[in-house]
Amino acid sequence: MKKMILPVALGAAFAAASFSVASAGTLEDVKERGKLRCAVSTGLAGFSYTDENGKWQGFDVDYCRAVAAAVLGDADAVEFSPATGKTRFTMLASGEVDILSRNTTWTFSRDVDLKFTFLGVSYYDGQGFMVKKSLGVNSAKELDGATVCIQTGTTTELNLSDYFTAEGMSYEPLAIETNTEGRQNYLADACDVYTTDASGLAASRATFENAADHIILPEIISKEPLGPLVRHGDDQWADIGRWVLNAMKISEEKGITAANVDDMAANSKDPEVKRLLGVSGEMGASIGLDNDFALQAIKAVGNYGEVFERHLGTETKVNLARGLNASWTEGGLQYAPPFR
Amino acid sequence: MSDNSVAFVATSDKPQLPAPQGTTGAVGWVRQNLFSSSLNTVLTLLSIFVVFSVVPGIVDWAFVKSVWNANSLDECRQISDGACWAVVRERYNQFLFGFYPTELYWRPILAFVLLFVALVPALWDNMPGRGKALIFSMAYPFVAFYLIWGGFGGLEYVSSSQLGGLLLTMIIGVAGISFSLPIGIILALSRSSNLPIVKSLAVIFIEFIRGVPLITLLFVAHVLLNYFLPKGVNFDIVLRVVIMVTLFASAYMAEVIRGGLAALPKGQYEAADALGLGYWQSMRLIILPQALKISIPGIVNTFIGLFKDTTLVLIIGLMDPLGLVAPTLGDQRWNGIVVELYAFIAFMFFIFCFAMSRYSMYLERKLHTGHR
Repeated sequence: MKKMILPVALGAAFAAASFSVASAGTLEDVKERGKLRCAVSTGLAGFSYTDENGKWQGFDVDYCRAVAAAVLGDADAVEFSPATGKTRFTMLASGEVDILSRNTTWTFSRDVDLKFTFLGVSYYDGQGFMVKKSLGVNSAKELDGATVCIQTGTTTELNLSDYFTAEGMSYEPLAIETNTEGRQNYLADACDVYTTDASGLAASRATFENAADHIILPEIISKEPLGPLVRHGDDQWADIGRWVLNAMKISEEKGITAANVDDMAANSKDPEVKRLLGVSGEMGASIGLDNDFALQAIKAVGNYGEVFERHLGTETKVNLARGLNASWTEGGLQYAPPFR
Repeated sequence: MSDNSVAFVATSDKPQLPAPQGTTGAVGWVRQNLFSSSLNTVLTLLSIFVVFSVVPGIVDWAFVKSVWNANSLDECRQISDGACWAVVRERYNQFLFGFYPTELYWRPILAFVLLFVALVPALWDNMPGRGKALIFSMAYPFVAFYLIWGGFGGLEYVSSSQLGGLLLTMIIGVAGISFSLPIGIILALSRSSNLPIVKSLAVIFIEFIRGVPLITLLFVAHVLLNYFLPKGVNFDIVLRVVIMVTLFASAYMAEVIRGGLAALPKGQYEAADALGLGYWQSMRLIILPQALKISIPGIVNTFIGLFKDTTLVLIIGLMDPLGLVAPTLGDQRWNGIVVELYAFIAFMFFIFCFAMSRYSMYLERKLHTGHR
């Protein structure tokens, strides 16, 4: 019997240790660490980039800051991990980061097979085409026989092939690896058409010396709903991420901005605004946060519209119109469930 | 009598004539080296043509028309169509230190300076008091580790996600270089050893590592290890990469050194045995000094290759200088600038690789004792 004690004790200790690790929620981990770990893109115009001080900025980045502000009360308590297209899912699955905010398309297999929970759609994108005006083409349906610059190994490649097959047209693919390479090839007339997500096309066009000589064709051939995601299995954490995103959208509907959020909290008569900003009710407490979590998030980065305009909007060089990403009250698709 | 029978006797040397015209001086050099045959003449003219058609354009672009003061690519283009070095001027801190906190820059800088202090006794073997200085060289990796990461003893902790730029390259490169040489020597000795287990372990390790691309090992370091380790155990990513790069380089190093061992005549081994030296004594005093000397070009070649291979870490999302290009381009003020950034990075790498290669040439000359 004596001999059994050590292995059993070790086994029990190991089981207890692994059990305690497994049971600790992401929220507790983040609070204990005092920092949110967030994976962002290694660099994509408007979505994530570094400023002159080496600070991460961008549309995806600001969402992480909003979550950090909501959870920890400090928008700068984020440790950003740049993730490539290849490493992003393992980083999230292995627990190296708490949340992935890296312009990731919401698809069935990512949701189900890879076991991630998507928290909503932060940006509705779609694949588009850019051509030179001199080509005299006004619609993607006139592109029969064109040479197309296309990033290999992406969903864009599959979408392109599907689209041309469906339209009964042929094309000559020119395989490229990176956005930069695609841009150079397109400008050097190695291909007639450059295709990638419409936001990427707009960002590229903005850098051309004669942007007006290039047009983005009206056809959008795929659905690319981009959004943040977390691991399966921690619903509380998923709820937090989802409702921070929703709070940013509701704030836009209600006209709450980073500048007036304190004023709104003090003076607004709207019951939903009062609930959202934690003046009435116990909404924050029920997901394990302070009642003013949304107020903290909005104060840190502003509402959805403000974040959009700051990094992607028509005032920036990326120069994207709100389009599908306008609030539903203005004809777009951004629609948050009610906060009650 | 005899005086008259000889018509003429030279009593002194004739004055030396100058060499035929056109075989000495600048003209001679040019003739001998540039126009010695019709093929050489053609090649020379072609080279001159290439140099003249390329160099003025580059100099004009990089220096004459270059812009150093601007806040965006647009401003640069308005000023001139030369190189827009303003982006380097704004971002060089990031390219050197990554996201290291600005107020703590003195720590990596101190570590960098100490690197040279540690290198001097290792590289200069006539240094006075070398024995004591070498102890510091051995301790250097730990000193540097403490300076860069901190975390105890009064230095604020800096996490690996804040490391980047040339600092990251130096960490991976220097650690890989300094650990791969001793590991490589041990592997090479094991592989040429007579002990079957030691030998087969070395063979398996070397052949496995050499049969796998570095990228694969980096993916293993980044992705697979996370699945093997229990959740919540955070094994530092930079450390994981350093270990993988070191293992990779040591396998190559082992083969380079084994080449040196094989090149030694058998007589050297027998002479060592005849002197009654044990295995370690003969290796340390007779075999390795000669084998390593022969292997110097190969060793430095591996070092330089390793240093440049560190850029592969951008694939797993680490922000080495090349990795920092993408977030810089993501900034809308600089979106579209490409050549300047890559040229700057190439320049940084050139400095280090060139220095290593020059040092190896110096070492070869110094150790050239006339055997070859």
